Amino acid sequence: MASQNLQSVPDQPAGPGAGDAQDQTAQLEAEGQAYFDRVMAEDSRIEPKDWMPAAYRKTLLRQISQHAHSEIIGMQPEANWISRAPSLKRKAILMAKVQDEAGHGLYLYSAAETLGQSRDKMMDDLIAGKARYSSIFNYPALTWADMGAIGWLVDGAAICNQVPLCRASYGPYGRAMVRICKEESFHQRQGFEILLELSNGTPAQKQMAQDAVNRWYAPALMMFGPPDDDSPNSKQSMAWNIKRFSNDELRSRFVGMMVEQVRVLGLTLPDSEVRFNEETKKWEHGPLDWEEFKEVLAGRGPCNAQRLERRREAHDDGAWVREAAAAYAAKQARKHAEKEFAA
Amino acid sequence: MIPTGSHSSQARTGSLAGVAPDTEGHGDISVGVAGSGDSSASATRITPGNALRPEDIALEVRTGLVKPSEDAAEYALRLGDDALILAQRLGHWISRAPELEEDVALGNIALDQLGHARSFLSYAGGAWEKSEDELAYFRREHEFRSAHLFEQPNGDFAVTIARQFVVSYYQFELYRRLTESTDATLAAISAKAVKEVDYHRDHSAQWILRLAQGTEESRRRITHGLRLIWPYVEELFVDDELTSRLAEAGTAVEPSSLRADFDRLTGAVFAEAELEVPNVPAAPGGGRRGKHSEHLGYILAEMQVLAREHPGASW
Repeated sequence: MASQNLQSVPDQPAGPGAGDAQDQTAQLEAEGQAYFDRVMAEDSRIEPKDWMPAAYRKTLLRQISQHAHSEIIGMQPEANWISRAPSLKRKAILMAKVQDEAGHGLYLYSAAETLGQSRDKMMDDLIAGKARYSSIFNYPALTWADMGAIGWLVDGAAICNQVPLCRASYGPYGRAMVRICKEESFHQRQGFEILLELSNGTPAQKQMAQDAVNRWYAPALMMFGPPDDDSPNSKQSMAWNIKRFSNDELRSRFVGMMVEQVRVLGLTLPDSEVRFNEETKKWEHGPLDWEEFKEVLAGRGPCNAQRLERRREAHDDGAWVREAAAAYAAKQARKHAEKEFAA
Repeated sequence: MIPTGSHSSQARTGSLAGVAPDTEGHGDISVGVAGSGDSSASATRITPGNALRPEDIALEVRTGLVKPSEDAAEYALRLGDDALILAQRLGHWISRAPELEEDVALGNIALDQLGHARSFLSYAGGAWEKSEDELAYFRREHEFRSAHLFEQPNGDFAVTIARQFVVSYYQFELYRRLTESTDATLAAISAKAVKEVDYHRDHSAQWILRLAQGTEESRRRITHGLRLIWPYVEELFVDDELTSRLAEAGTAVEPSSLRADFDRLTGAVFAEAELEVPNVPAAPGGGRRGKHSEHLGYILAEMQVLAREHPGASW
């Protein structure tokens, strides 16, 4: 039940001689903060027109836009195999999946736009290398089995991360995540199915599947972000009911699920230290190479330059099309207005 | 027998020439979503419960419920190859389109075409005991029956739209008539396809207008794109012995009989866009006889490489 006037946080500080306005602003801020605090305490939802702390807005905008960028860049490793998919059915499924990812990007950009930033600006930031996306997509998709491993491990990790986000305190984000999670779970199952088919196929196919699992396992575990003692933003995000579980907690759950599923696949995880700790009641895994994680994050991964260049190329090549569509829409609107005027 | 509701499989008789024009709007696109109950389906692509799937056709072929005549199979191969090669071309746009909305739109069109291809190939394969994949992945260039239009390179977005414009208006006229085919399977596949192709027409016609009347550059590009594509229009409407036999039997229509409607409807879009129908010489074509352009070899090399590396494997 946000009152409408809580939204009006001026962007500009009031000029000199605006004492009353300043007082009024301060009062609105205080009311807004009180409302926001109550929403957080009740674990309820903030909507786009509600007052929110600037830092909350900034954090969400960063997280949602990064998530959108990840969907868009994440189309590339899989699009890489559309033309070579080894059966027509698999080709159809893969096309639908990559198309879903474009759709996820669209919902997420829309959710981010409710926080006051345009999709064009977000896209410009991505292309300029100023915005981040999930590091996992800077690894190459080298064989068909990677389509399986990406679906099973990468989408699987994404689901673990994203299911709790369906309850995120920011309404548009939570609602977008509900739909995205439904599709992601379909994606994960198709990845699992690809691996299962390969694992039960010829020796060469089985080897292809194992090799892909070996390459994607550690990067997938690192998708949950750095260990809790090295994750400075987590605490605040949890206080704001955006994040519900810590990175390590989610990672541990994910490992537990993979341990079960890899048996069904007839494959192995490339980690001899996976075990269930009876004392902590948590799954544990072997050490991860956080130096590599930082390197990829810093732009020194196997495909960083390639992925960004591909996005830039599509954007630049499409500029004349977007200009044409805008010009046409403007002309049509003008024609329409003239007709109205004449009538 | 194919379980497709109103398009079920009793043989139809009568001339196809008498099909009433149905060129306005999208017609009835209502589908049996209710009760399909597939919560795992991708939310961007509703799979209606009673839609005709390629798997249904493959099953009927495998179990001997349907078997195409040799002529019908040859014909289905043509339609299937057209759609398959186009899907392969369009799939390249996914992650490269000018706007995210077009990644989705072109991906959707590619998916529709791939679906039609799978259905036609599954049916055609019934004549020779071959699966859709055996036909797609283990035939060589000269065994493909697609027309040259479908293998034309994507070019820029304008060339792709020009190709889509021709394809969608051609396929709409074709499938619309084939819904009355005496071959129940061809009729059923076409009944599903025509609804989807209707949207492809809408998509391409809207872009023709936008590009023609957007900016100077977009007008220059779409004019050029249409000139590049137009030489391959003629081949689509060439009759031959197979189509004559099939037309006589009421299984198919003579391609030449689609031309007047194609010209009229594309002409209306040209007029609205204030574009001229390109005045360019027609290429001889030959795809229906297995004579292809230089492009098809590359398309097949890429499409078939993995399947051929593992012959006999299942995926």
